[in-house]
Amino acid sequence: MKKVILIKNGELVLKGLNRSTFEDMLVKNLKRRLSPLGEFKFIKSQSTIIAEPLDGNVDFDEAVERVGRVFGIVGFSVAGVSEKDIGKIKEDTLEVLADELRQAKTFKVNAKRSDKKFALTSPEICREVGGFLLSKIPSLTVDVHNPDIIVTVEVRDKNVFIHGNQLKGAGGMPVGSSGRAALLISGGIDSPVAGYMMAKRGLTLDAIHFAAEPYTSKRAEMKVRQLASIVARYSGRINFMVVPFTEIQEAIKDNCPEELFTIIMRRMMMRIALRLAEKDNCKALITGESLGQVASQTIGALACTDAVCTMPVFRPLIGMDKEEIVTIARKIDTFETSLLPFEDCCTVFTPKHPRTRPELEYIEKAEAAFDFAPLIEKAITDTRYQSVD
Amino acid sequence: MCPIEAYLDNSATTRVCSEAIDGMLDCLKSNWGNPSSLHEKGIQAEDLLERARKTVAGAIGCEPSEIVFTSGGTQSNNIAVFGAVEAAKRKGNKIITSSVEHPSVMKAFDRLESEGYKVVRLRVDRFGRVDLEQLKNELDEKTVLVSVMAVNNELGTIEPIREISALIKKSSCPALFHVDAVQAFGKIPLSVRSLGVDLMSISSHKIHGPKGAGALYVKKGVRLVSPVVGGGQERDLRPGTEPMPAIAGFAGAVSALTVQKSLEKITALRNQTVEKLKNMDGVVLNSPDDALPYIINLSLPGLPSEAVLNLLSNRNIYVSSGSACAKGHKSPVLTAAGLDTERINSSLRISFSRFTEETEIEMLLDGINKALSTLRRKK
Repeated sequence: MKKVILIKNGELVLKGLNRSTFEDMLVKNLKRRLSPLGEFKFIKSQSTIIAEPLDGNVDFDEAVERVGRVFGIVGFSVAGVSEKDIGKIKEDTLEVLADELRQAKTFKVNAKRSDKKFALTSPEICREVGGFLLSKIPSLTVDVHNPDIIVTVEVRDKNVFIHGNQLKGAGGMPVGSSGRAALLISGGIDSPVAGYMMAKRGLTLDAIHFAAEPYTSKRAEMKVRQLASIVARYSGRINFMVVPFTEIQEAIKDNCPEELFTIIMRRMMMRIALRLAEKDNCKALITGESLGQVASQTIGALACTDAVCTMPVFRPLIGMDKEEIVTIARKIDTFETSLLPFEDCCTVFTPKHPRTRPELEYIEKAEAAFDFAPLIEKAITDTRYQSVD
Repeated sequence: MCPIEAYLDNSATTRVCSEAIDGMLDCLKSNWGNPSSLHEKGIQAEDLLERARKTVAGAIGCEPSEIVFTSGGTQSNNIAVFGAVEAAKRKGNKIITSSVEHPSVMKAFDRLESEGYKVVRLRVDRFGRVDLEQLKNELDEKTVLVSVMAVNNELGTIEPIREISALIKKSSCPALFHVDAVQAFGKIPLSVRSLGVDLMSISSHKIHGPKGAGALYVKKGVRLVSPVVGGGQERDLRPGTEPMPAIAGFAGAVSALTVQKSLEKITALRNQTVEKLKNMDGVVLNSPDDALPYIINLSLPGLPSEAVLNLLSNRNIYVSSGSACAKGHKSPVLTAAGLDTERINSSLRISFSRFTEETEIEMLLDGINKALSTLRRKK
């Protein structure tokens, strides 16, 4: 039997006249995500998008998994496509939902008939299908209030769709619907999670990574690219940029007080990220900072970092505990990769006693001891670009 | 000849020597049969296999029939540990090892412990040397296996194998003695008879042979029940069609060994190197003075291993970080030896082979100096 995926839009229904633009965006995202598996046809109908594989050999389970990672979807279900014949509908229902029905104790049938020419009314379809299932699977009982499984039969204009319980979608808004932003990504646990969360709010992602070769190894960069590609399973294609940051770090180490190393480094990163973001039409920066987690993430330190930034900086993890962040990292599958042990640019020169309450004036004076501008220009010019899928 | 690179990570692996390559090529091109086949092709292959066995047996002073070819050190260790314990399961359930073994021994003991075996992990001193007094006290009639490595892979410390086998013999326990000699083989003279061991693991790719071959010495009369089952090859201890090209390469590498001569050369080279390292500011040695001269473990306190390793790698100097990494995964060996965190996080392992030249040492010392000055930037 042919199968399709019925996709329910998320917050899109709230968006009034913009809805069709958002829907188009969602369909575009779905297409991009499913096309490597084979050709799909997408039909928009009311608040449902029907994804139908045109190739019978498509890996349907993988398609379902991929749809589950596309933002802008509240829920979706895998439906069997049946014919407008009540006998056939009954048998197909048993076939499509055999496993689920055997695991359930209680069920109810829900019929929707938009084709009013169909011989049976909705209550009649329910009775017919329900009675049939009861006779075939004796362990089942009907519970109309709180069933384990709701069997839905949708009689549409051309086809009949049969499906069980709805699967939970990734939620959020279609990637791209909120514009584009640049994520500062390290090899740690936090930044990939931050990227995931903002993509969920409809942002297309750029990712900016600061590399400190030779202090850090090529493997460290490979690990970060790997992290970006895991995030891309949710966000779609990511512009991945690698900024050669060594000279700037050395200059900070050589010319500025040790206790300010990290905070000045963060400010340099922000300056560079801002410029790269502007070049790629990003309207915001994203970081994985969480208040108080380390010395550079105190209120004072964040204020000093933001002082160089003229774009909004989104920090979706700011109010989260490490444990909560780890939970998401595990869910989106970045956690294991984040744990791979390589130095990143933040750890090589880390001072023993960083300043937790830096004063802006003091920092600005310290930075003025050296002309960083040419090094920043050079870092921007030498930035390497790559597209990560 | 001035090498354009300094490969000083020979305890990780070695480049394949020409004798090994010749052996492999010959096998691949003209002697590719299956030693188990009854026809002429099989007979030729079997002949090659038995010649290889004789070569390897000769290198450790045992009978060819006491050599079992394996896929390498890890498989040798696994077959030895699991095989010995399984065969002796009615005799006792106590097994002894050290706290500085290679993961292929350490994790085998961990698994046996989770299955109910009583495991003793011998304490080690500052250099990773096992505590013989503790061993003496632990040996009892329930002890069925003792496994201790010949040379520690991180520190180069030579374990007192003869003393251990003497202690086991003196006690009345039924224990077999297994030695992981992967780092020692080809570097110091190893005679299984004079060491008094029952089982010994060696590997091809640490002695300029190809990866994918190793051997387990199984003393005549010692019974093992292998964790691997199959078609009966290698006395059913390592069943599966023999990886002939790798075995031929292994034999080629063994035949090219010059243990005593190389030991003298490397000892001189090592002493020079250590002398110079001792004079460098900010370098501390972790290996003992009487370590295997092929391994020098040192620390540059305050400088993360990985950063130094990368700086050296950029200059085509290849060493390994004593601890595999920086973020919390500390080397269990150096930890067991009681080194402090700073020293562990900044440790490097330099390891030689008989092909190591003085020019490579010069490159290394120069590289370490440069790394020191690069990383110790003035404030």
